[in-house]
Order: sequence, then C-alpha cells, then structure tokens
Amino acid sequence: MLKISDLVKKFVGEKTASVAAVNGISFEVEEGRFFTLLGPSGCGKTTTLRCIAGLERHDEGTIFIGAQVVSSPRDRIFVAPHQRDIGMVFQSYAIWPHMTVFENVAFPLRVGKKHFDARQVKDKVMRALSVVQLDALADRPAPKLSGGQQQRLALARALVGEPKVLLLDEPLSNLDAKLREQMRVELRELQRQLGLTTIYVTHDQSEALAMSNVIAVMNDGKIMQMGHPRDIYLTPANQFVADFIGSTNFIHGTARAGAVETEHGVLQCTVPAGIRAGDAVLVSARPESIIVHLEKPANTQNLFEGQVQLAIFLGEMYDCQIQVGGQLMRARLNPAHRVRRGDNVFLQLPAEYITVLPANG
Amino acid sequence: MQLSIPRPRLSNFRFDPRWIFLGVPVVVVAYFTVIPIGMLLVGAFKTGDPGVAGEFTFNNLLHAYADPTLYPLLLNSTIYAFGSSLLALVVGTALAWILERTDTPLKSLFYSLTLVPFIIPGVLHTIAWIYLLSPRIGFINRSLVSIFNLASPPFDVFTLGGMVWVEAMHLSPIVFVLMTAAFRSMDPALEEAATTAGANTWTTLRRVTLPLMLPALASVTLIMFIRGLESFEVPALIGLSAPTRIPVFTSRIYLALKGFPPDFGLASAYSLILIGLSVVGIYFYNRALKRSEKYATVSGKAYRPRTIELGKGRYVTMGLFLFYFFLIVGLPFFILLWGSVIPYFTPPALDMLDKLTLDNYAAFNILDCQPGQSFCLRARAAFTNSLMLGIGAATLVMVLTAIISWITVRTNWRGRGLLDLMAFLPITVPGLVMAVSLMWVYLTFRIGVYGTLWILLIAYITRFMPYGIRTTTATMVQIHRELEEAAQVAGASWRHTFLKITLPLLKPGLLAGWVYIVTVSMRELSTSVLLASSQSQVIAVMIFDMIEGGNTPRLAAMSVLFITFLIVLVFGAQKLGGRFGVRD
Ligand SMILES: Nc1ncnc2c1ncn2[C@@H]1O[C@H](COP(=O)(O)OP(=O)(O)O)[C@@H](O)[C@H]1O
Ligand SMILES: [Mg+2]
Repeated sequence: MLKISDLVKKFVGEKTASVAAVNGISFEVEEGRFFTLLGPSGCGKTTTLRCIAGLERHDEGTIFIGAQVVSSPRDRIFVAPHQRDIGMVFQSYAIWPHMTVFENVAFPLRVGKKHFDARQVKDKVMRALSVVQLDALADRPAPKLSGGQQQRLALARALVGEPKVLLLDEPLSNLDAKLREQMRVELRELQRQLGLTTIYVTHDQSEALAMSNVIAVMNDGKIMQMGHPRDIYLTPANQFVADFIGSTNFIHGTARAGAVETEHGVLQCTVPAGIRAGDAVLVSARPESIIVHLEKPANTQNLFEGQVQLAIFLGEMYDCQIQVGGQLMRARLNPAHRVRRGDNVFLQLPAEYITVLPANG
Repeated sequence: MQLSIPRPRLSNFRFDPRWIFLGVPVVVVAYFTVIPIGMLLVGAFKTGDPGVAGEFTFNNLLHAYADPTLYPLLLNSTIYAFGSSLLALVVGTALAWILERTDTPLKSLFYSLTLVPFIIPGVLHTIAWIYLLSPRIGFINRSLVSIFNLASPPFDVFTLGGMVWVEAMHLSPIVFVLMTAAFRSMDPALEEAATTAGANTWTTLRRVTLPLMLPALASVTLIMFIRGLESFEVPALIGLSAPTRIPVFTSRIYLALKGFPPDFGLASAYSLILIGLSVVGIYFYNRALKRSEKYATVSGKAYRPRTIELGKGRYVTMGLFLFYFFLIVGLPFFILLWGSVIPYFTPPALDMLDKLTLDNYAAFNILDCQPGQSFCLRARAAFTNSLMLGIGAATLVMVLTAIISWITVRTNWRGRGLLDLMAFLPITVPGLVMAVSLMWVYLTFRIGVYGTLWILLIAYITRFMPYGIRTTTATMVQIHRELEEAAQVAGASWRHTFLKITLPLLKPGLLAGWVYIVTVSMRELSTSVLLASSQSQVIAVMIFDMIEGGNTPRLAAMSVLFITFLIVLVFGAQKLGGRFGVRD
C-alpha cells in the first residue's frame, strides 16, 4: 500500500553544511496495517512523515502510494501534497481557528478532487464527527475546544476524505497522561474498524508497543530495527534498540560456544549467528525477566550473587537495585517477599530471556 | 534550495517561477526605497539643481559642515533631541511602572493613553502648546500672572527649553507604550524573589527592576532621541518663530529648500547627517532589541504582573495620571476648542463667554460648498486628497508588504533577506529627508509626478512600508505553517490554501495595519510640507499654512474637526479590530 525505498532528506543549514535528517530508510506497509516510526526526538520521524505527505521534497529514494510513484527525484516525479490522497494529523493539530468544528472537517471535502453536494458534505462530516464523538459540538468555533477535543477534531478532518493513507505525527503527545491512554485505545480501535493504512510517529515506546502491527525503531535518520512489537522487545537487534525500548541491564562479556563469559560468571545462552567465539559482546537482560531468589536455589545455572542497595516499593512490585560485583543491576521482586537494603540475594538470568548483542555500541 | 510552491513535472528547460515571485517585489521595492536614497546621495555630491547636469563636488558638504553656523545647529539639535527624549523617558517609564506594577485605580482608562499619539497629530499638539505657553497670549502664562500677580509671564515656549517640553510631551505616550510592553515581558518572579529576600518596594525597584530594564531603557532612549532629531513640527513652528531663531537640522533643511533660490545641495548635505545618525541609532536599537528578546522570551509565556499595594498612595498615583492626562490631552484640546468658538483669538476668560459662536465652523460645510466660497472648496479638496491618499497608500503598502513578508517568512529563497532589508530602508530616512530625496528623483525625471498627488502617494508608500513589513511579518509568523500544510494535505491546491486559509487568517492583522497607515498618512506633515502644492493640498499642510495666515479661530475649528475625525477613525478601527479578533 505504501512503500518507501532508500529515502534520503538533507537540510541545508544557513551556515553549516547539509545534514541528512533522513539517511536511507526503506520500509513497506501493507493495506490496513498500523505502522509506527519510533525513536528519540530529532531522529527524523517527522521528516519522514512530511516526505510521505509531500510537504518536504526528499533528495533521494522513491515513495509509492498504492501502485503510484508519488515522488522520485531521480525521475523528476513529484505529486503535490493535495493530490496524494492522504490524511494527516499534525503534532500541533493545526486546527484552523477561523472556522467552526464543522467547517474544519468539511474543508477536505470542499476543496478535494471529488465533488460533493451540500447534503453529502453534511452527511460525511457528521459521520466523521460522530466517529470521534464531536457531533454535538459541530457549530462551535474551533478555538473553543479543549486539547483532547482538538485532537479528535484533527483526526476527524484527516479521516473524512477516506484517504488511502493516514499519517499521524505524535497525535497524543499534547494530552495529559490519562486522556493519552484512553485515546490510544480509541484511536487503534477506530483504525481497525475503518481498515485504514496508518503511519504513526511517536517517541513514546509504550504507545508504540501497545498500538502497532509493525514498529520501525529509528535513530539518527536510520532504521535500527523493524518488526512486531514483541520481537523488538524480546530480541532487540542492537544496543540502541535494547536500551531505547523498555529498560535493561547490560553485562559485558566474551562469546563462547553457547555461552557468554562475564566478570560475574558464565551465562548459558543462545549466541546468535554472526557472533563468533572470542568476540566481545553485550548481554541484555530485562529487569522483569530476572528471577530474584532470597535463598540460594538448587539450580545454579546463570546464577549471580549480589547485595540489595535499594528496594523501592511500587505496589505491584519492588524495584530493586542490586550490586553484583562492580555493577548495579535492576530487577523486580514480588511484593509478597520482603527485602531490605544490605540483604544478600541471588539473581537468576534464564537463558531464553537474555539477548546477546555485538558490543560495538 | 527548495521551492515551496508545487512544481509540475519538468522537462530539461527549467524556468523557475521563483524569479517572477521574487523579482517583481524586488524591482518594486527598489523603485520606492533604493532609488530616492541613491539620488539623494548623488545629489549631495553634485553641483546644480535636480534635472540640471552637474559635476562632482565636495562643496555642498564643505558649505554645510565647515560653516561656523554648524556648531550652534549641532548644539541645538543635540540639546533638543536629548532633552526631550530624556524627559519623555522619565515621564513615560514612571507612568508605565505605576500602571503595570501598582494597584492604581482607573487603570483601564489610562490604558487608552496608548491611543493618544494616534489622535492628536504633532502639528496640532504644537499649536495648542503655543497657545498655552506663549509669553504674550499663552493661557497658562496669563493665568499664572493673574493668580500670583507676577510681573512677567513665567514661561516662554519660544526657547530651547520650551521646545524640549513640547516635544517631550508629544513623545511620552510612545515611551509609555514601549515601556509597558517591556514591563510585561519581565518575569515578576524576579521581583518577587527580591521581596521575599527582604527588599522593600523601593529597593526592589532600584536594585532589581531597573537594572533588568536597562537594555529596554537604553533602546527606548535611543529611538526617542532619533525621533527628536527627525521631528519637524516643533522646530518649525516654535524654533523658527522664536525672536532669535533656534534652528535644528530639520528646520535648517526646510529653510534651505523654502528659501529663494532653493539650495538643494545644502539640504542634501544636511540630510546625510540625519540619515547617518539614524542608521547608527537603528543599528544599535535592533541589537539591543534582539538581546532583550533573547532574554525575555525564553519561556514565551505571558506573565501576570504582581501588583504592589500602594494603600492610600494609590490616589496619589491616580492623581499623577489624571494630571498627565490633563496636560497632554485635556489642556491642548481645550485650548483648541476654545479658540474655535470665539470670534477672535484671546486666551480663555470668563468675560468672553457671552461672545461664544459656532460661526467658525460654518466655513467647513464641505458637503455643500457654494461656488464662491474658496476656503470651503480648498478645505474640501484637502480633505478628499488626504482621504484618497491615505486609503491608496494603506492599500498598496499592505498588499505589497504582505507579499514580501510571505516570501521572507515562508520561503527560503536566496535574496529574500535583501528584499526585507530594502523594504526596511525608509525607516532610516526622516520625513523631511524623504521629501528631499523624492524631489531629487522627480525633478530630475520629469514624468509628471512632481507637484501632483502622485508624488505624495509615492512618499507615503515609501515612508510607511517599514511599518507594513513589521505588521505583516508579525502576523505571518503567528500563523503556524502547519495550518497551511494541513490544507494542502486535505487536498487544497495552492490557490485554495491561500484564499481559504492564509488570507482569512491574515485578515485581522492586515486590517489593523491598514487602518493605522490610513491614519498616519492623513496626519503626515514633514514629508508633505515640501511636496504638496496648491494643486495637491492635504489637510496637515493646509493647517500648517494657515498658521501664517493668522485666522486663528478658523484654524482652531479645523483642528477640532480633524481631531474628531481621527477619533472616529481610530475608535471605529478598534471596534472593527475587536470584531475581527485583532490582538495587540
Ligand atoms: N526545516 C528544517 N531545516 C533544517 N533542519 C531541520 C528541518 N526540519 C528538521 N530538521 C532537522 O532534522 C532532524 C530530524 O528532525 P525531525 O524529523 O523533526 O525529528 P523528529 O520528528 O524525529 O523529532 C533534526 O536534527 C532537525 O533539527
Ligand atoms: Mg517530530
């Protein structure tokens, strides 16, 4: 449905040399899928989205929407944004302040290629507004809406023309935490019902994990890893992804056959192809997959001994910082147990939940 | 480089539409701003009058700057400009602080002060103060003499001190407006921190507020100094009427051109020094402004100022304000009103009350002038000319500057900075000097512009272009780019986006700027006084000329009518602005 290949976008600074905000990214989104670009601020997510919309002209690469090439600088093809058949929600929402709620939503129908008479416009607008539950506010001046309502208005405006692709640039980031979680569910449900191909941009990993069919993790204008949220979380491809998604403990070590030798002891684990015995590696172990024993267990495989430095009671668990050799490791403990600072504990790192990464940063 | 307007598929031939969009405004702006200033520079180094072939010479400069009359001129100009700007600064800043930071009653009334400089034109302000402080007929002098049994009038407006006073009163509302803005952009928490640290109001003001305001104070002083140097009304009406003339640069230029034969070389040489000074001043002003903006807008939030409770003292500050109001609005307007309802001019006195008359207004029934009433016909012509010029100049300036600021704000075309700079150039040119420059252009190229309304239209467009640029740029910057992009993404073509999104959003700002330019064009004197002819008379110049004529009651009646018209215009615009959601 949407295909990007080798996209490059450089910005020419006033004084500085040109910087590639997007540096050769490629991906493909199937019809009806929810695809997320996830990455830290400044990594080029917005720029990518704006290239898809045609609001920026990229320097290299090709963008397909459906079967049509909408831009390809090499072939001198550039379809203007208003001819691309897309819907977009901007981070600032970009609600036109001189129009009412109704007029904002009607705008795409009135200026678009297809022609609608007044009754059709009204029907479509009211349907879009009722989808986002704003139908009661249709005649209100747009600036008189709350943040959450503006967000839903922006969404209605993007949906009303039944675009081929829906582009969302951090649409939830301006909302307060509670509303954000609620809108997350509503937005995803709506997308599923309408079967809209969606590109979603966010820097919030929990949002990305909760909503997406596919996540592309970006850094510095490049895609670091692309895949199902579960795969990205459980088997990060590199240190950046492991660090950016969730929280994790990194342990330096040297690869051996079916194991990694670390300063705290040998860890039995699956060493991925491409890493040879003797290579320097980094082991990533997520806090929630580490089992904390208060007594030394019978099974001593992958077992480290440590001392509790800090145990914060969070209700559903203890968040513990445990000193293992020269390293502080984070782990979680069931609140039924009771630990105190200074207690000796044993950390078990199950082989199937730890990931071995090349240690080049 | 990227082009922000959609481009169709291109063949090998690449004509860039950018060249039209950028080229046309560049040529137009250069015609209005660069050519006159260039001609002035050339004229200052040339023998002979405009239109006469001449040779390169330094004689004009030598004549102007090596002459012993330069020193009194320099001294007068400096004392006058510095004195009036300093006095205005003290008065305006004190009032701004009182209003922004204390609980003085009647605040909202005092905020309407911001409108005063738009309502009472400089020429009328000056005339009114002559009637108040003239040693012979001045109302204030007469009153003080009779109340305190003085031997001689205590004040004399026809002195350097008198000039300083009148100009300072004229500048002070502008200082008030600028300083109010400066106080608002300062985080009151900084003052609150001083208070919690144990400082009282006075110490806080002295140790925290004023030091923080120093950049703003310096730049406002600078800008007032330049306005003082460039001012024309007070130097011409007071300085040149004094028993021993008190010339400053502007009145000297005026004399050089009104003498016979007019001395263009000398006028141009004096003009150069004024341009030079204001270029320097504006450079430093902009630098200070940039720095203080960096300082003030870090958080970008609007602060709610803390109010200091003055207790009983707040009636004192209110009294100060009422007195100030009385000085800059009440008294001047009263004296003009009085002058307009008596048969011959005499300072207000009770025994004149039975002679009050409205006859002086009869001559201004301009909707129904009889063929023989030459004054009525002239007044009608002047009013129509001023109105047409105001509307014409305002419309053209707003259209032109809207295009320019769209280019500077929304595109990254090479050359847009130059365009912006050229459009700003006239800000360095005092009104009188602008007239000299345009005389050079249209006396050299005799294309039927000189002596007609066209030269006035050109003059107003040029003079108010910087103002237009500032308004349209500020408006354009406020309109978030994504509002336009959202329309494009929604399927709107470039034309639709402009007509349905950009233009409606710009409308309130453009409208406010338009009304402002109509008003200032109609009151403009310092340029018009050299360019208006008997075939192209305008209100301000007509009033100026009537002072010589001596028919004071009629002059006063015309002033009152003019002020009334401006009040209607300004308040009408305010109302309109409110409806269209104009902020600021
Ligand atoms: N118009 C622009 N001009 C110059 N640099 C830009 C422009 N837009 C974005 N950039 C730069 O490109 C990089 C990526 O920006 P962006 O795509 O907005 O990041 P994200 O949305 O992931 O936070 C940043 O370093 C940013 O400074
Ligand atoms: Mg972004």
